Amino acid sequence: MRQYPPKPEKVYFFGTCLIDMAYPEAGMAAIHLIQREGVEVVFPHEQSCCGQPAYNSGFPEEARRVAEKQLEIFSKPYPIVVPSGSCAGMMRHHYPRLFAKDPGLSRVKAFSERIFELTEFLVHVLHIQLEDRGEPVTVTWHSSCHAAREMGVIEDSKSLIRQLGNVKLVTLENEHQCCGFGGTFAVKQPEISEAMVTDKIDDIRKTGAAEVLGGDCGCLMNITGAMSYRRIPITGRHIAEFIWERIHD
Amino acid sequence: MTETQFDFQANIRKALANRQLRSNLSFAMGSMTAKRKAIFSDAAAFEALRAQGNAIRRRALLQLPELLERLEKKCIENGMSVHWAETTDEANRIVLGILRDHHARRLVKGKSMVSEEMHLNRFLADHGVESLETDLGEFIIQLDGETPSHIIVPAIHKNKQEIARTFHEKIPNTPYTEAVEELNAIARKTLRRKFYEGEVGLSGVNMAVAETGTLCLVENEGNGRMCTTVPPVHIAVMGLEKVVEKLSDVPPLLRLLTGSATGQLITTYVNMISGPRKPDEKDGPREIHLILLDNGRSRILSDEQLRQTLQCIRCGTCLNHCPVYTRIGGHAYGFIYPGPIGEILTPQMEGLDKAGGIPTASTLCNACEEVCPVKIPIPDLIRRLRNESYDPNGSVPGHGFKRTFAEAAVWKAWALVNRHRGLNALVTKMAPVLSPILPRLGPLEAWTRGRIRPRFSQKSLHERVREKGIKDA
Repeated sequence: MRQYPPKPEKVYFFGTCLIDMAYPEAGMAAIHLIQREGVEVVFPHEQSCCGQPAYNSGFPEEARRVAEKQLEIFSKPYPIVVPSGSCAGMMRHHYPRLFAKDPGLSRVKAFSERIFELTEFLVHVLHIQLEDRGEPVTVTWHSSCHAAREMGVIEDSKSLIRQLGNVKLVTLENEHQCCGFGGTFAVKQPEISEAMVTDKIDDIRKTGAAEVLGGDCGCLMNITGAMSYRRIPITGRHIAEFIWERIHD
Repeated sequence: MTETQFDFQANIRKALANRQLRSNLSFAMGSMTAKRKAIFSDAAAFEALRAQGNAIRRRALLQLPELLERLEKKCIENGMSVHWAETTDEANRIVLGILRDHHARRLVKGKSMVSEEMHLNRFLADHGVESLETDLGEFIIQLDGETPSHIIVPAIHKNKQEIARTFHEKIPNTPYTEAVEELNAIARKTLRRKFYEGEVGLSGVNMAVAETGTLCLVENEGNGRMCTTVPPVHIAVMGLEKVVEKLSDVPPLLRLLTGSATGQLITTYVNMISGPRKPDEKDGPREIHLILLDNGRSRILSDEQLRQTLQCIRCGTCLNHCPVYTRIGGHAYGFIYPGPIGEILTPQMEGLDKAGGIPTASTLCNACEEVCPVKIPIPDLIRRLRNESYDPNGSVPGHGFKRTFAEAAVWKAWALVNRHRGLNALVTKMAPVLSPILPRLGPLEAWTRGRIRPRFSQKSLHERVREKGIKDA
């Protein structure tokens, strides 16, 4: 079990490149959720991507160069909150591997220790309490692979949804099965990816939920993109955006 | 993608279009994963057992040359013959030599993935030897002229209707029946006579114990035992990584193997073969030959990271849990070992230039690593092979085969953009402007075949954060 620090005064926020370009509302909502607990959010403007696309595609040197940039920018000892299990997993578990032969490895490890997935941080460090002000709704939850298997934070995410009194959470059949995104996989193996996302969508439809929630924008982009293509009237959103909308004034 | 000699993409399309295959696989996998889950229901105990299995396999690999020598010595002391084969061709010729020494023209075979690796049946057929598969699944696919599509359940891609049709068409005087018991009885009746007629029996090896010179074989049908005891000669083929140090290493590995493979505490038969028939014994083969096959394994062993590939105990559970394998089936992978373990083993055995496309068929979802009973870090090894595919200075045969100026340039540009705020901001700004035309270019063309194109925001998070006055440092 991970040891969690006491509530800090300041945190760094790592926005992720997908949130930056396609889902900024999710990023803003995550920031608001942290600020609401009286913690100052610092957003280094030079931040970009965690390096995972190159790391998984066979270009470790390029991944290392981009990772170095993040190591340089997030230099103060604040916790680094990441609204994505996948990018958090990359920075927490794979950075030390990426720099395994580097003389600066201890610095990398110290950086990795400061990485927290958003819902993990809200639950274990900020001990956030939510009061639901929204209308009754039924939702389902897609467990992203790296949030589940690298960060182990799925229960944290779901516990936040369960704090919302008017939200009914229906479990997805094959909840832990990959949706077929896999970063560049969706581009390199589009047919298999499509078969996977189709099965995921079928599972989502079976729940009767009005909305599917997730903690990773890659999966959401894949799932909602395929649902829209098929004109299926179920929406998909990042958990931070969903929660923020239901609790703020 | 045309980087591989076999057409992986065409195989994938064919498999995905086969609705029957998809439904057979999805049905079979649901039941196999559920059985495994039930047998390893105590998470803490399972973790301890996995750690033990991992330690046993790692220890064995670290002292592999020495263990193999001890195994050879002990087996010879026990009255077996031991043969070494560097290549599959050599291994095939050793088998043929033994058959010729006994003027044998009929071989009965138990299940063995190494013999598949050797393409033994084809080789023997070319040399006038009839080689009969006696494992039910292997028997079925041999009738259909196919190869296994799964390490443990070779005919997993077929349902009972398809098997009924095969039996009806390929076994003379067989009525069409879909009753499972009757199908079993048909196979049993056909095989009985063949065991008796088989002049040589061949099997694989699940584990070989260096300490005692014992070959350990697990099976459920009893056909394996027929192959290893009825004919006067028994040939066992094994990859040289299958050796373990001590007899006490067997029980934990056996539990991990049977639990992961079939969800059983133990299989119906566990054979511990320690030598041929002794003068005072009434049955068993008069000769046992053990063939140790290298086929690239010693090269894999020499790399500290890739060595972990050889920890594999061939339980097949990574296949059952792989979202890609369960969609495309084993034949699509084009080589002997499919699924996650095949993704790391095949390119190392065959060379990246021949099989380097296979490691792209993974989302790196980590399901395989999560279930692997001996904790092989399969996703890490997939990444390593992807790196090697582009690396002109790599060490895996066929490394660097994929490197093109264009792709290298794209990633260089990507790194540049992600290291410079100005460039990054420019790209982010351009995304919503360019995205309507992007589906006609490059990667988004494939993406938009089944999905709407990603909608890029007019205002990035960077811009929104700045407007809100959130501090930069």
